Amino acid sequence: MVERKIMLLHYYTGIAIIALVSIHIAMRLIMPFSESLEFSNVLNNYKNLPYTISLELLLITVAIHGFNGVRIILLEFKQGKAWESFVKFLTLILILIVVAWGTRTIVLTNLM
Amino acid sequence: MEKEEKVRIKVLRFNPSKERKASYESYELPYIKGFTILDSLLYIKENLDHSLAIRYSCRMAICGSCGMLINGLPRLACYTQLSDVKRKEIVLEPLPNFPIIRDLVSDFEGFFEHHKSLKPYLIRKGEEDIDENKREYIQHIEDLEKYLQFSVCIKCGLCYASCPVASTDELFPGPQALSQAYRYIADNRDNGLEERLKLIDNPHGIWRCHFAGSCSKVCPKGVDPALGIQLLRRYLMSLRKPKKKLAEVYRRAY
Ligand code: SF4
Ligand code: FES
Repeated sequence: MVERKIMLLHYYTGIAIIALVSIHIAMRLIMPFSESLEFSNVLNNYKNLPYTISLELLLITVAIHGFNGVRIILLEFKQGKAWESFVKFLTLILILIVVAWGTRTIVLTNLM
Repeated sequence: MEKEEKVRIKVLRFNPSKERKASYESYELPYIKGFTILDSLLYIKENLDHSLAIRYSCRMAICGSCGMLINGLPRLACYTQLSDVKRKEIVLEPLPNFPIIRDLVSDFEGFFEHHKSLKPYLIRKGEEDIDENKREYIQHIEDLEKYLQFSVCIKCGLCYASCPVASTDELFPGPQALSQAYRYIADNRDNGLEERLKLIDNPHGIWRCHFAGSCSKVCPKGVDPALGIQLLRRYLMSLRKPKKKLAEVYRRAY
C-alpha cells in the first residue's frame, strides 16, 4: 500500500475513534458511572448487538491507528530497507493479534 | 575616560579529522555598533585567532552560506546584528542536522542531494506554448503569485537545521526540498506533478512532517516551507479530484 493510503487510513481511523469513544463514554453515563461498571451491567452491554459492533469497530480502529503510530515512530528512529520491512511486518502482525484477541473476548462475552 | 564596551563570543571548535570531542573557545572583543555576528567572526579571525573556520560569501543574506546556531537559534551570521542578540555572551555553534566539516562550517552535501532529488526545475512535456519570437514561457502575474514566496529560498539550510524530523530521519527530504517540490508543482509552466508526487509519497517522504512549524519560524527570507508541505499534503489527500492542478488548491486556500 502506498504511504498516502496508509496515512488516509490513519486519519480516518483517528476521526472514527473520536466518535466510537464518545459512544463508549455515553454508555457509561446512561446510569450512575460506578453502577455502569458493575459486572452484570458490563455483561449486558456486550449483549447489546449495536454496542458490541461499535466496540469491535473501536478495537479495529484503535489497533490500526495505534500501531501505525508506532510504525511511524520506528521509521523515524532508524532507516534502512530491512528495518522498514521488519517494521511493516511487525505492525501487521501486532494489529492482527490484538484484533483477534479482542474479538475473541467480545464474541465470548456476547455468547455468555 | 569611558570604559570600552566588550562582548564575549563563545564558539564551538571542532575538527573531526583531528579531534574526537568538540570544545568551546571564548573570545572577547570590543562591541562595535552596527557589527553583525559575521563581522565579529571576521574580527576574531583577523585579530585574535586565524585558525577559526567560518563560511561566508555575499555578506548580505543572499548566498545562504553563513548559517549557524546563534544562542541556540538557526540564523544567518551576516543578517544578525550584535545588537539583535542583546546578551553579554553570544554562543555560536554549527547548524544541527548537518555533519561538521570544521568549527562553524557544516557539510551541505546531503542537504543539496535532497534538494536535487525532488527535481527543482521546470519539467516540460512538449514545447508547444513557447512564444516563438521571444523563446519564453508565458506566465501571468496571478500564476506567479501562487509560488512566488517559495522561489526566494536561498538554500541556507536554516529550516532543515530546525526540523525535528530531519534530526532523526536522514531520508526525510526536509522542509527546504519539500517546499521546492511545491514551488515547481504549483508553477503552471511545469508538467512534473506525477513525477514529483511519486518521489514524496513514500515512508520517509512528506507524511513524516509533524508540522512543528519551526522551519517557517527560522527562515530568514520569509518563506513558509510548512505551508508548502501542508498544501502538498492536502493535494495528496484530496479524494475527488486527484488530477486537479495544485496551484488551484493554493488559490482556494487563500
Ligand atoms: S526555506 Fe528559508 S530557511 Fe529554508 S533553505 Fe530556503 S531560505 Fe533557508
Ligand atoms: S554571507 Fe551570504 S548569506 Fe550570509
